[in-house]
Amino acid sequence: MRLIVDHVTRYTYDVPVRGVVQSHRLTPSAFDGQTVLEWSVEVSDGIPGGVFRDGAGDRVQSWSVQGPVSEILVRVRGTVETVDLAGVLRGHREVAKPEVYMQETAPTRVDTALIELSKAAEGAANQLDAAHKLSDAVAEAIAYRPGATTAHTTAAEALALGEGVCQDHAHALIALARHIGIPARYVSGYLFADGDGKQHEAAHAWAELWMPGLGWVGFDPANRCCPDERYIRLGSGLDALNAAPIRGTARGQGQESLDVTVAVVAAQQ
Amino acid sequence: MLSRTADNLYWIARYMERADIAARLLEVGSRISLLPGVQGYRSEWDSLLQSSGTADGFAKKYGDPVQRNIESYLFFDRDNPSSVASCITAARENARIVRTALTSQVWDALNTAFQELRQLERTPRSELELSLLTDWVMRHAAMVRGAIDATLLRNDGYNFLNIGYYLERGDNTARLMDVKYYVLLPRVDFVGSGLDNYQWATLLRAMGAQRAFHWAYGGEVTAAKIAHFLILNPQSPRSLITCVAGTNAHLARLAKAYGRATLAQSKAAAILAELETTTVDAIIDEGLHEFLSRFIGESAVLGHLMHECYLSGDVR
Amino acid sequence: MTSYFNEMYQDGAVRAPYARLEDWMRTMPAEFRQMKQAEAEALFRRIGITFAVYGEGGDPDRLIPFDMFPRVFTATEWGKLERGIKQRARALNAFLVDVYGRGEIVRAGRIPARLVYQNEAYEKAVVGFVPPKGVYSHIVGIDLVRTGAEDFFVLEDNCRTPSGVSYMLENREIMMRMFPDLFRENRIQPVDSYSDRLRRTLASVAPAKCRGEPTVVLLTPGHFNSAYYEHSFLADLMGVELVEGQDLFVEGEYCWMRTTEGPKRVDVIYRRIDDAFLDPLCFNPSSMLGVPGLMDVYRSGGVSICSAPGAGVADDKAVYTYVPEMVRFYLGEEPLLQNVPTWQCAKADDLKYVLDKMEELVVKEVHGSGGYGMLVGPKSSKAEVEAFRHKVMEDPDNYIAQPTLALSTTPTFVQEGIAPRHVDLRPYCLVGESIDLVPGGLTRVALKEGSLVVNSSQGGGVKDTWVLAE
Repeated sequence: MRLIVDHVTRYTYDVPVRGVVQSHRLTPSAFDGQTVLEWSVEVSDGIPGGVFRDGAGDRVQSWSVQGPVSEILVRVRGTVETVDLAGVLRGHREVAKPEVYMQETAPTRVDTALIELSKAAEGAANQLDAAHKLSDAVAEAIAYRPGATTAHTTAAEALALGEGVCQDHAHALIALARHIGIPARYVSGYLFADGDGKQHEAAHAWAELWMPGLGWVGFDPANRCCPDERYIRLGSGLDALNAAPIRGTARGQGQESLDVTVAVVAAQQ
Repeated sequence: MLSRTADNLYWIARYMERADIAARLLEVGSRISLLPGVQGYRSEWDSLLQSSGTADGFAKKYGDPVQRNIESYLFFDRDNPSSVASCITAARENARIVRTALTSQVWDALNTAFQELRQLERTPRSELELSLLTDWVMRHAAMVRGAIDATLLRNDGYNFLNIGYYLERGDNTARLMDVKYYVLLPRVDFVGSGLDNYQWATLLRAMGAQRAFHWAYGGEVTAAKIAHFLILNPQSPRSLITCVAGTNAHLARLAKAYGRATLAQSKAAAILAELETTTVDAIIDEGLHEFLSRFIGESAVLGHLMHECYLSGDVR
Repeated sequence: MTSYFNEMYQDGAVRAPYARLEDWMRTMPAEFRQMKQAEAEALFRRIGITFAVYGEGGDPDRLIPFDMFPRVFTATEWGKLERGIKQRARALNAFLVDVYGRGEIVRAGRIPARLVYQNEAYEKAVVGFVPPKGVYSHIVGIDLVRTGAEDFFVLEDNCRTPSGVSYMLENREIMMRMFPDLFRENRIQPVDSYSDRLRRTLASVAPAKCRGEPTVVLLTPGHFNSAYYEHSFLADLMGVELVEGQDLFVEGEYCWMRTTEGPKRVDVIYRRIDDAFLDPLCFNPSSMLGVPGLMDVYRSGGVSICSAPGAGVADDKAVYTYVPEMVRFYLGEEPLLQNVPTWQCAKADDLKYVLDKMEELVVKEVHGSGGYGMLVGPKSSKAEVEAFRHKVMEDPDNYIAQPTLALSTTPTFVQEGIAPRHVDLRPYCLVGESIDLVPGGLTRVALKEGSLVVNSSQGGGVKDTWVLAE
């Protein structure tokens, strides 16, 4: 499938700030499931920083903007050719060891309710089966409802609430997987909304679990599936904050407001 | 040099000068209180608080200006950011941060002042004569200044220190005059009666300049002479023109060392040019209060430019 | 009653390195000694070398007690130590490069994966990065204790930012000023080249992109930090700027410092702040101390950070057990310095042993430092041991235990005259393009009679440490 992405993030400051620094994980991962045909990241008045590939294989680039500035526009555009690998991250090069992704973080910490939910994996035939069972359990326990949670909601809180968005689903699945000894990580990316009647967010997130023999495999509890050709993978981390496509900070007193639009469409072929 | 280091040096100077002026104000106040039957005694103290910019803080804490409280407030009170204790502590803390940019003599002078201050703070107030306290401050201020002049490398740090001293001093002279500007106003009821002896004596004494004034001018004290002495006379160590010229000189050295001038140099030059060309008559025509307000405003602009052009770290 | 190795007297005779001090000590009149002690204290206070104890409040201008009686090593003794220290520093660095890369030592089963990759100090953010010259830990402080003429043990390694080197330098300075005769009579190797060597070490790991003489800075958490004196002292000796996070910023591919003349590029940052505070974009988002974007510049080769972020995984007290293994694995050599036998409470068998024998052991928190959160069994009351036993049972993974070592003693000036007191030693090994060690270190002394805790936060003092020339 050929997917075209147009992703615009607009930062505005009520008082001009003295400078902005951002760290981007905004380039599609290189693996057998996706090939980048065209890709660009533009930052208004931005000075590009050094580029490197981190231990998890993500391409990271920093940007800085000299102040005073009251608006910054980050525009990501490109075309990616995708194929369905049933969630398997085949052909992805990375140095980080799966064990690194056993490290607990605040949003992925288990509580008694999550531990209870992890019992869904009991009696699983194998790790892969267990992973599917956990993913289903998360989908059952947390209903998709935008606005119910915030960026700072933890997995435990989302479960208690019984509602959330893809970030909460991913956090919950990661918490469960790590609890039963499966390394798990957060993945951010894009999802093509194909008019199948279900609700999707074009900016999307899911989880990857380490399966012996297969390597990293994606699970998307929000859509009760494994990532296929509708998904574009950007980068990964221990949790949402750690995997954020854009991390940034402004120097100055100005209050920041954020406006994001993402469009993912299929190319006419 | 590191912008923050320059900032620390600049503030060492400003705080030491501020401590010095706080002590001078206290001394003046206590002298007036010793005079029999002075009318407007309370307004005298009040004007002292006004000139150090601490009247509001004092009123909030103590209400009516009672001498004892004023002394505590201006000398020991840590709630008053302009008190002697606050200023000396702040100067020493700034110095501790940039220890390596100072000579051991300068550090010693600042640290000794601070250590002795802590002793004074532990001493019962009843054992401390005010004159002893004010002498103590002026002595230490002079020792720090002397150590700087005698031992410090004449690099950019030295210029930032001096600019801090001159800016603070000029600002204080202007404020002190402004609080008492009505004394110098040639109002109808003053005509022929001369100036209120206490009033002008107060002003000159606060500047530590009453003797210097007499040597420089002699004869009858007039509003015009005092205004000239404190604003336009380059021999007077605290006159506005002396302070502005000093600021200019050190800014010029910075521009030369760095190979470029900034808005701070042009602003300082403009202020100096005006002082060099104006006359006392012109100032009185404009209105002394108006002139001083304008100077204080300009001086604040220059302070802001120092921050923007050198100290903030956003220099390009 | 345990017997302790006395570094000055052995079998009733004075040991060679202390030969000349015997006379000095015996002939010193009490008044002279008191006068000198007062002089030393005045000098320290004047210099402003003070130490604030974390979490204890009190006087921030407190002095660490200085004992004038030097601690002495012969050239031969030192030579042996030096080889062992350098060997260990090399192995620790090889380990760091390995575990952030291919992880051969884990694959080979020589150290458990969990201990490395799930370690709190393991920084995911630097995985796959090899710092310039392959060095993660540029200043390795190795804490040593002695139990016999030939017996030295490593108590712990400090791979992040070991402190205390300013005492090594100042102690020497003050001794030379007060007792010049001693330095004429004894041939004592100088330590004052440390700052030059440190600067050279730091400059040698400048990024490949850096042309010409690298600009080095020392990054401090600020003047409220208890080690601020040391930071400013070292920066001054090296002739480099002492900066705080707010003085640095990132733009384009580099890191810059804010100066009165505009931005100046920074090539090497000797940081004295923890990883977590380096870069709010990468680590602790609420940190005000760090430099936003610094880690991106670091990873893309625009600036060097010393020690490298992530170095802490090598000095973790649980990883410590495996350092001799590292020496064998990476260097193919036998370790010259021994570890203290260590029980890891995370292991069931070890835990049982520790709980049983707690009154004989020293029990420490895995991530603790500065002598906090530790129990010296034989020196503690029954109630203290009991309380600690509960703490260990609640969170066994967090504790390790070691036998109570018979730390050597050296003569020390005390109220009553001269008496033996227990000491340890921290030398500072510099690792850059080459590996370097000044002949000396920081000797810490437990001033309380019988005490084995030398930490300054627990009533310890310091001594000048001499290494005699051949």
